[in-house]
Parts: sequence; C-alpha cells; structure tokens
Amino acid sequence: MTGPTTTVAAPPEQAPGGRSARSRVDLVFRARELSLVIALVLLIGATGAVNPNFLSGQGIEDILLNTAILALLAVGQSVVVITRNLDLSVGSVVGLVAFVTADVLASGWGLVPGVVFGVAIGAACGLLNGLLVSFCRVPALVVTLGTLYVIQGVDHYIAHGRQINAVDLPPALLSLGNGSVLGVPYLPLITLVCMLLIGYYLRSYPSGREFYAIGSSPEAARLAGVPVRRRVLTAYLVSGCLAGLAGVLWLARFGTVIGDSANGWELIVISAVVVGGVAITGGVGSVYGAALGALLLTTIGSALVVLRVNPFWQQAITGALLLLAISVDRVLAMRVARLLRNRSRHG
Amino acid sequence: MAAPPTLALANVSKSFGAVRALRDVSIELFAGETHGLAGENGAGKSTLVKTLAGVHRPDSGQVLLGGEPVDFAGPADAQQAGVAVIYQEPTLFPDLSVAENIFMGRQPRRGLGRIDRKSMHARTRELFGRLGVALDPEQPSRGLSIADQQLVEIAKAISRDARVLIMDEPTAALSGHEVTRLFSVAEALREQGCALLFISHRLDEIFTLCQRVTTLRDGAWIASEPVDGLTHDDLIRRMVGREVATLFPKEEAAVGEVALKVERLTREGVFTDVSFEVRRGEIVALAGLVGAGRSEVARAVFGIDRWDAGSVTVDGATLPAGSPTAAMNAGLALVPEDRRQQGLVMDLSIERNIGLTGLRELRRGPTISRRAERDRARDWALRLQLKFARLADGVGVLSGGNQQKVVLAKWLATEPSVLIVDEPTRGIDVGTKAEVHRLLSELAGQGIAVLMISSELPEVLGMADRVLVMHEGRLAAEIPRAEATEESVMSAATGRAA
Repeated sequence: MTGPTTTVAAPPEQAPGGRSARSRVDLVFRARELSLVIALVLLIGATGAVNPNFLSGQGIEDILLNTAILALLAVGQSVVVITRNLDLSVGSVVGLVAFVTADVLASGWGLVPGVVFGVAIGAACGLLNGLLVSFCRVPALVVTLGTLYVIQGVDHYIAHGRQINAVDLPPALLSLGNGSVLGVPYLPLITLVCMLLIGYYLRSYPSGREFYAIGSSPEAARLAGVPVRRRVLTAYLVSGCLAGLAGVLWLARFGTVIGDSANGWELIVISAVVVGGVAITGGVGSVYGAALGALLLTTIGSALVVLRVNPFWQQAITGALLLLAISVDRVLAMRVARLLRNRSRHG
Repeated sequence: MAAPPTLALANVSKSFGAVRALRDVSIELFAGETHGLAGENGAGKSTLVKTLAGVHRPDSGQVLLGGEPVDFAGPADAQQAGVAVIYQEPTLFPDLSVAENIFMGRQPRRGLGRIDRKSMHARTRELFGRLGVALDPEQPSRGLSIADQQLVEIAKAISRDARVLIMDEPTAALSGHEVTRLFSVAEALREQGCALLFISHRLDEIFTLCQRVTTLRDGAWIASEPVDGLTHDDLIRRMVGREVATLFPKEEAAVGEVALKVERLTREGVFTDVSFEVRRGEIVALAGLVGAGRSEVARAVFGIDRWDAGSVTVDGATLPAGSPTAAMNAGLALVPEDRRQQGLVMDLSIERNIGLTGLRELRRGPTISRRAERDRARDWALRLQLKFARLADGVGVLSGGNQQKVVLAKWLATEPSVLIVDEPTRGIDVGTKAEVHRLLSELAGQGIAVLMISSELPEVLGMADRVLVMHEGRLAAEIPRAEATEESVMSAATGRAA
C-alpha cells in the first residue's frame, strides 16, 4: 500500500507547540485521579490533626474494609457506565446474594462452592439486565429500576423475616472478612485485584477499548463493526458478577444478614463512580478513578464520625461533592476544548 | 471485462416502511476502476452504500462478492470481506484518540493480545503522512474540525487495505488542497487493483476521478455508462429527468441601507479584526478555506459564541455579546452549517421544527396553539415547495435538501432583516440547490440582507454581489461582483493576494 504517488515530501512532524499542548491535555484528564488523591490527603491530614486516632492502624483498616465493598461495586458499575448505560440493581443483588449465600453456607456448603454460588447468582442477575438492555432495547434506567425491585422482592420472599447469624456460618468465611495477609485485610486486597485486572483489560485489550467506543458513540461503534450488544451484555455480566462477589464479602464482613442488606446502595455506588471521573454519558473515565471515588466517599463518612459531625451532613456533603465533581468536569471540558482550539490554529 | 466484479448488487430492492428506497437496482464495481454514483438527494445513494456495507439487508436481490452471492449480517461481515466505507457524516468516537478511532477493533497487538500503542501511533502517523495531514495521533477526536474528522475517516478506510473502497461524499467538507490529496490516494489505490465507488454532488469531481458512472433517480437505476463522451448536462438530465439551470444567478435588487454592520470583531485565537457591512437587498458571500474562521464569525455575530472585542450592529441597534435571543429579537437569523446537529431537532416533526422559532407568536392564551403551529408550517412549506407526506412526520425522513428547506422555513418565519446562511447547499442535490439559490435571490429582492458562507466557488461567484474572503482568521479581501473570479477569490483565500 505504498504507491509512488502517495509518498509525501514532508513527514507530518509535531509542531513545536503540539507535544506540550497535548501533554497539557493529558494532564487535565489525569487531573481527576490526581485531584482525588490530593483531596484524600488533605482530608486525612486535617482529620488526623484534629483526632490522631483517625490515623491509627485500626482507623485506617476500618476505612479500607468499609471501602472494599463499595469500591468493588463502583468498579463493576463503571464498566457499565462507560458503555453509556446504568445498573441500578447492584444494591439489591448484594442483598440477595448475601442472604442466599448465607442460607446455603448455613446448610453446610463449603466455602468455595458457596462463593461460586454467590457470584453465579450475581452473574444471573447481570445476565438478565444485560439481555433486557442489549437485546430487547429497553432503556437501562427502566430495566435496572425494574430488576432492582424484582430482585429485592425475591430477597424478601426468601428471607421471610429471618436473620442468619455469624454462629451459623463456617469460620472460614468469617476469617475471610476479618483476616489479613501481612497486615493488609483480605477484602481490600480482593477489590484491588479485581480493579487492576479489569482496569488493565479495559485499557490494553482491543475488546476493552470497545466499551469506551460504544459509550462515546453507539452509532459509530455499530458502523465500525463493534459487537455492541455483546459488549453491553458483558458489561452487565461483569457488574453482576462483582455485585455477587460483593454480596459474599458483605456476608463475610458483617456475619449477620437479614433480607435487605445494601438497600439503597446503588445511588452511593453511582455517586462514587461519578465523583471518580467516569462520565455518566459514557466513553470517559477509569475503574481506578471510580475506586478512588469510593475511597473518598467512605473516608469522608469516617472523618465526619471522628469529627463528631451530625450524620445528616454526610449525605449533604456527598451530594455537594457530586455537584462539585460535575462542575469541575464541565470546566475541564471547556479548558480542553480551548486548548484544542488554540492548538489547531497554532500547532 | 472477463473477471467478475469485485462487489456488485443484482436487482436489489429495499423499503423502509412505505418508502421504497431502492427498486431493482444493479451496480458492478470492478477492480482497478473508480465508479461514480450520481443522483439527487433522496435518490437512494446512501441506502445503496449501506447495503454494500452490510448495514442494510436487501429485501430482494443479491449482493455479489467476486461473483458469488453473499449475505452480510452486519457491518463487521462486510469489513471482513474487504469493504471499507467513508460515510457522509463522520462517525468518530469523540472521547477516543485519533489513532484509536482509526484502528478500533483492529489495533496492532503485542504479547498476550494486548494493544501495541507505539506501533498504532506510528502507523497512524504513516497514514497521515500519505494523506499529507498534520494531526497528532494521540489527540482526542473531539474538537476536530469537520474537515479533519473527514480526513480521519479517510485514513481509517485506507488503513483497512480494502479491496473495495466506498466514499460517500468525502469531499463535502474538504478544501481544494485536501481534495487533491484524497484524489491522488484514491488513484493510487485504484492502480493497486482496488475497486472504488465515489459519490459526490460536485459533478466535476466525478468527471475527474471516475471511469464509469451509475445514475439513480427516485430509488431506481437509470444508467451505468463510461464517463468518456458524457457531458455535465447529460448527467444532470439523467439525475433529475429534466433540464435545469445548474446555477441560478442572483437577480439585481435595489440595494438599501446598511442592515448588518460588523466592526473590528475579534475572538481570541479564532478570528481577528473582522469588519464588514451587509446592505438590504444584497447577498454578500463569505468565502475562504475550511478553517479560515468563517462559520466562527457567523456564530459570534449571532451570539452563540462571545466575542472579545469589536461590535455588531443590526439596523442601527448594537447587539450585546453572546446573546442569540437579542440577535433574534434584533432581526438576525442564522441557518447553520450542520443542519442535523444544529439546524433541526431530528426527533421532532416538520411543523414542530418550523414552529420552534416562534413559540411566543404561536401562543393562544397560556398554551401553544397546534393549529397556529400547523398553519405557519403549511404556509412556509408551500412557499418553499417542501416535499413531504405529512407535516406531522419527523424531519428525519426528509431528504437533505428538504431538511434544509425546513431550516430555512424555521428562520424565515421570524421575518428576519438579516439572514446568515452557512453552507446553504452542502450535500443538497442539483435541483434543490437551484431552488435554494432562487429563494435566496428572492429574499434579497424583498429587502433582506443576506450573508452567505460557502465553500463552493461557482455558488459564490453566481450569487454574491460582493465577496469577502477570509484567510486564517482575518478578512483578506473584499471583491466586488465584477472583479470576482475563481482566481481572485482563491488567491485571497490561500493568502497569496497582496
């Protein structure tokens, strides 16, 4: 494909301003992860100064444990949101999985079959969502709002007001919730591994990039031959599996479950995703950002407790942070647009 | 030719609901040949392209690949078979980098099936080198001009090593230099044995590039014939089935007082120190290469973008910066460049779209009167000879030319004193184009001041009383009608004028 007529005299070298303008653009995009880290450091520093207990080993371990489940859900959710979809059912899935897994474990199943069972239930819920959204072309908001209530209903039906306690559960499961390796608890480690695997897949594999392509422009993705429905289905499957795993971890952490664990969590998860820089309109963001968002929201919650602030403020602050995140995105987007504009003139 | 055609349609029909987009159409694309496709908007060209590309499945008839019938289940199948398409509207992923846009689904791999970004960027640079484009492979495609987006599309298509390359109006947004580049690449691909299908409303281009041409009219096949020996008029006659004046020259109109006065208008980094006047009864063309800042001036004058310095006066009243509402109230109307994105609400009906600019006048009491809305739409549809089935139909079903008429109707209904039209005939068929020209001329005759942005020189020369030429954000020349020629306008647009 190198015909003589198509050779070009001057290779399109970077204009002198080009490289630096781009790295500035890159910086603006990375600024989200960076600003989350800075916010975290400031928050932890300030709270630690007021109450040194906050920085004790126990305090930090608590934050990590509390973050683990939320971050795991945020990672799954961001895969869905990147494709310009939404999964509102994750809170219900956690509740259902936590209860039915407790049920089978209490009836004598081993730990491994129990975990596999829990993840499989989550996967089944994800499959249902994915099929309805991708093949029946029902908007994601409606589908997952529906499954949120259906799954919750099933959960309540199975639980029937019962409570399953730690004494009924195998010790192996509970040590998963409390144990640690080299001082780091298992739960955040599991989340970390899932996050790294999925983050690496999304960034480095052609099929991973297709999730971004779909969210960025569904029509262009279709014309480019991207298997849109299969990828959207996969996104819901991932979200479902991770919600299933989160359900098992929930059980391991708290030991006691009733019928409506994690009720209402879907909105916190989505907040974490958005605060973490995943565009709600798809195509932009990373699972790392989403996990950082979860860490920040959890840390704020803990800090407010330590600072003896009325819990009411926690929700208000989460909301304010969400608005702040969206405003910052807006400003950054305008900055980038201006950079690109100046660049195409001068570069 | 002994060898079977690389890709062909045999007696293909395709309907969408009641609309018969293609009726018994056949076309044969041979290796080493560039085949032109001509037809008015709505003639079925895009449907034909999408059938070849695997987007649509024919209701009847066959797609033949190398003489064998194939059934493309989707675009991916057609791409596998070596069919690459450059669509009329760029279809890019705004959030992804230019290189990712080009190689989506076919990224170069390294160990463990991972994407090899370095080699992807190098190959993108090499492609841009062949096209003579200086774009950064790593920049996001959001923010690229339409011309640059189109160039990315072209790079994407040629990167596929396609056996068949289909180009649906690739040149609509390109400047002369870029068109030349594209043609030399197309020519090289043809010599290497690629089969090309080329669609353009600029008939000159079909005559330059193609060996054979197929004409469609109203979804039906009219002719497939060698280009040699064919004249422009022959081709136009096949397209419209009647004789038309290709260009409608502007009629003389009494020139009145100054309606629009722009003084030293500047938007940093976009355009600088732009001053001009448009009088009632005049058509003033704003010419220049793509990216010279013409549309940006229009957007600023209308208040969509803010200006940093200067002033805009309409009928003696000074406009505030950045307020389209004030501009509308002062009697300005802007028919934008991109009618699908900016000119129309594609999901709304014809009548709703036309009514949008006059919701206040359409009010009866606190609510909008559906009857007033419909009357207004019907009135303008008749005056502009809009072709439609029902006013309640979505504008999406109309052809490009008729969509443009809806945008015009929407703005003319505001009874503007200054009408700014940005590329009023882009992607519009010859017949409708002449109608739009006649209409603009009539409007000027009624005392409206018309500012027309156009990349088509014949249109500029035929229609304008004066030609303003922009070059890199500045007004480079003002040429009266008598002195305006292709040479004088182009040399000012390319910055060669003194």
